[in-house]
Amino acid sequence: MLLLLDIISGILLVTGVFFGLSGAVGVFKLPNFFTRVHAASVTDSIAVILIVSGLVLQTPLGINIAKLLFILVFLLITSPTASHALAKSARHGGLLTMSELEKGDQEEKAPK
Amino acid sequence: MNFILDHYNYWIVVFLMMTGFYIVITANNLVKKIVGLNVFQTSVFILYISEAKVSGGTAPIVTEGATLYSNPLPHVLILTAIVVGVAVTAVGLALIVRIKRAYGTVEENEFKKMDDAI
Amino acid sequence: MSDFIDLVLLAMLALTGLRIIFLKDLFAVVMLFGIYSFLTALIFINLDAVDVAFTEAAVGAGISSVLMLGTLALTGREEKESSHSSILPLIVVFITGAALIYGTLDMEPFGNPDNPIHKHVAPRYIEDSPKEIGLPNMVTSVLASYRGFDTLGEVVVVFAALIAVLSLLGVPKEGQEKAPASGLKSHQVLRVVAKLIISPIILFALYVQFHGDFGPGGGFQAGVIAAAALILYALVFGLPNAVAVIGPRFLKFMAAAGVLLYASVGFFSMYKGGNFLDYNKLAADPVAGQHYGILIIELGVGITVFAVMLNIYYAFGNQVERSNIQ
Repeated sequence: MLLLLDIISGILLVTGVFFGLSGAVGVFKLPNFFTRVHAASVTDSIAVILIVSGLVLQTPLGINIAKLLFILVFLLITSPTASHALAKSARHGGLLTMSELEKGDQEEKAPK
Repeated sequence: MNFILDHYNYWIVVFLMMTGFYIVITANNLVKKIVGLNVFQTSVFILYISEAKVSGGTAPIVTEGATLYSNPLPHVLILTAIVVGVAVTAVGLALIVRIKRAYGTVEENEFKKMDDAI
Repeated sequence: MSDFIDLVLLAMLALTGLRIIFLKDLFAVVMLFGIYSFLTALIFINLDAVDVAFTEAAVGAGISSVLMLGTLALTGREEKESSHSSILPLIVVFITGAALIYGTLDMEPFGNPDNPIHKHVAPRYIEDSPKEIGLPNMVTSVLASYRGFDTLGEVVVVFAALIAVLSLLGVPKEGQEKAPASGLKSHQVLRVVAKLIISPIILFALYVQFHGDFGPGGGFQAGVIAAAALILYALVFGLPNAVAVIGPRFLKFMAAAGVLLYASVGFFSMYKGGNFLDYNKLAADPVAGQHYGILIIELGVGITVFAVMLNIYYAFGNQVERSNIQ
C-alpha cells in the first residue's frame, strides 16, 4: 500500500516537474507576449496541482495535509487571476495577438 | 572542492554586496540607487543567516527527535532588520518624491546642475 | 541535497543582481528586485531560517515593491544616461571586492557546528529557552523575551520612520472627495477574486500573530500581512474606499498605541517589582508570566507594524492620486 502511494506520488511529482519545465521553456521560446503568458500560466495551474497532490500523498495524515490543500486552493484562485490581469492589461496597453498582427500585415500589403 | 563549498556562500555575498555598491555609485536615477542599497542590505542578511546555519541541523523550533538546531540569534537580528529596512526604504522613497516635486527630476546629474546654477 | 539547492539558488541570485545593474527600464528593475527578494526568501528557508524567510517574502517582495512602484508612478520609469565615467567605480568595486574575498578566506567553514558563533550565547538559548520561556519557537523567545529591549528599540524605529514619511509627504485627507473613484473599475475578475481572498488573508495574519509562539510567525510578519490585505483592497477598489475602512488618523493612533502597549508591559513589570520588561513578575508562575508578556508585546508589535506599513502606503498612494488628477 505504502509502495503504491510512493509510486503514484512519484509519478505526480515527475509530471508536475515536466509541466513546470515546459512552462519555463515556453516563456523563453514562444514568439510574443500572449503566448508567453499562456506558457507561464501552465506552470501556475497544472504543475501546481500535480506537485501539491504528489506532496499530499507523501505527507502523513494530519494537519499538514489540510495546510497543503489550503495552499493549493489559494494558488488555484490567485495564479489564474494574475495571468488574466497580465493579459488584460497588455490588451489595454494596445498589444495585438499574433493572428491580429498577421491580418494587419495583409491589410498593409494589400493596398500596395 | 570542499574549500569552495565552505566559502561559496560568503563569496556570493561579497559579489552581491559589490553589485549593490556599484549600483549605488554609478546609478544616475535615485530610485535605482535605492534598489542598489536594498541589494546591498539583502547581501548582509544572507551573510548573517549563512553564519547561523548548522549542517544537519533543523530550524530553531523545538521538535521531537531533533537535537541539532540552527543558531536562533542571527535570525532574530535579521528579522527585525528586514522590517526596519523597509521602513527606512520608505523614508528614502518619500525624500525622492519631495526631490521630484522641488526639482522636477530625480536624475542625479540634472539636479546637481540646477544646484550649481544657483 | 540541501547544499546543491543552496548552490543553484545563490547562483540565480547573483545573476538577478547582475541584471539589475544593466537595465535602464526602472519598472523592470523593481520587478527584478521582487524576484531577488523571493529568491532570498527561498535561500533563507534552505538555511533553516523560516521566520526570516517569512518576513522577507512579505516585506521585501510585497511592501517594498509596492512602495517602489508608487514612487515610479510619480517620477517616471526611464533612467537617463549617466554622465559619470564608469571605469573609476569599477576599479573601486573590484578592489573592495578583492579585499573582502581575501577576508572570507579566513572565515570558518560554512555550516560547521564548531564555529565560534555557535559556542557563545546560542547554546544557552537553545537548551534553556524551552524550559525558561516554555515556547517551542526559540526565535520568538529570543526576540520577545531575551532581547525584548532591543525589539522595543526596533519598533520605535519603525514608528519614527512613519513620522518621517508623514512629515515629508503629508497626511492624506479623509472622507471628503469620494468622486474620483480610482481602482480597477473594468477588471471585474480582479474585483471578485480580491473580495474572495482579502478576508482569508486577514484571518491568516491573525493566525500568524497568535501562532508565532509555536511555529514561524509573530507580530512583525502578522502586521505586514494584514497591511498587505488592505493594500490589496486599496489597489483594487481605490484609495478613498480603503481610507473609509481605516482612516490615516486612526492608523496614527494605532501606531502609537502599539509602541505604548509594548512599553507599558515593561513599566508594569517594574511596578510588580522586577526589571524593565521582566516578564517573570507578570504572573505568579514565571513561565506563565513569560507567556503573557510575549503575547502582549507581540500584539503591540503587530499593531504598530500594521499601522505604519498601511499609513506609509496611504501617504504614497495619496501623492499618486493627486498627481493623476492634476
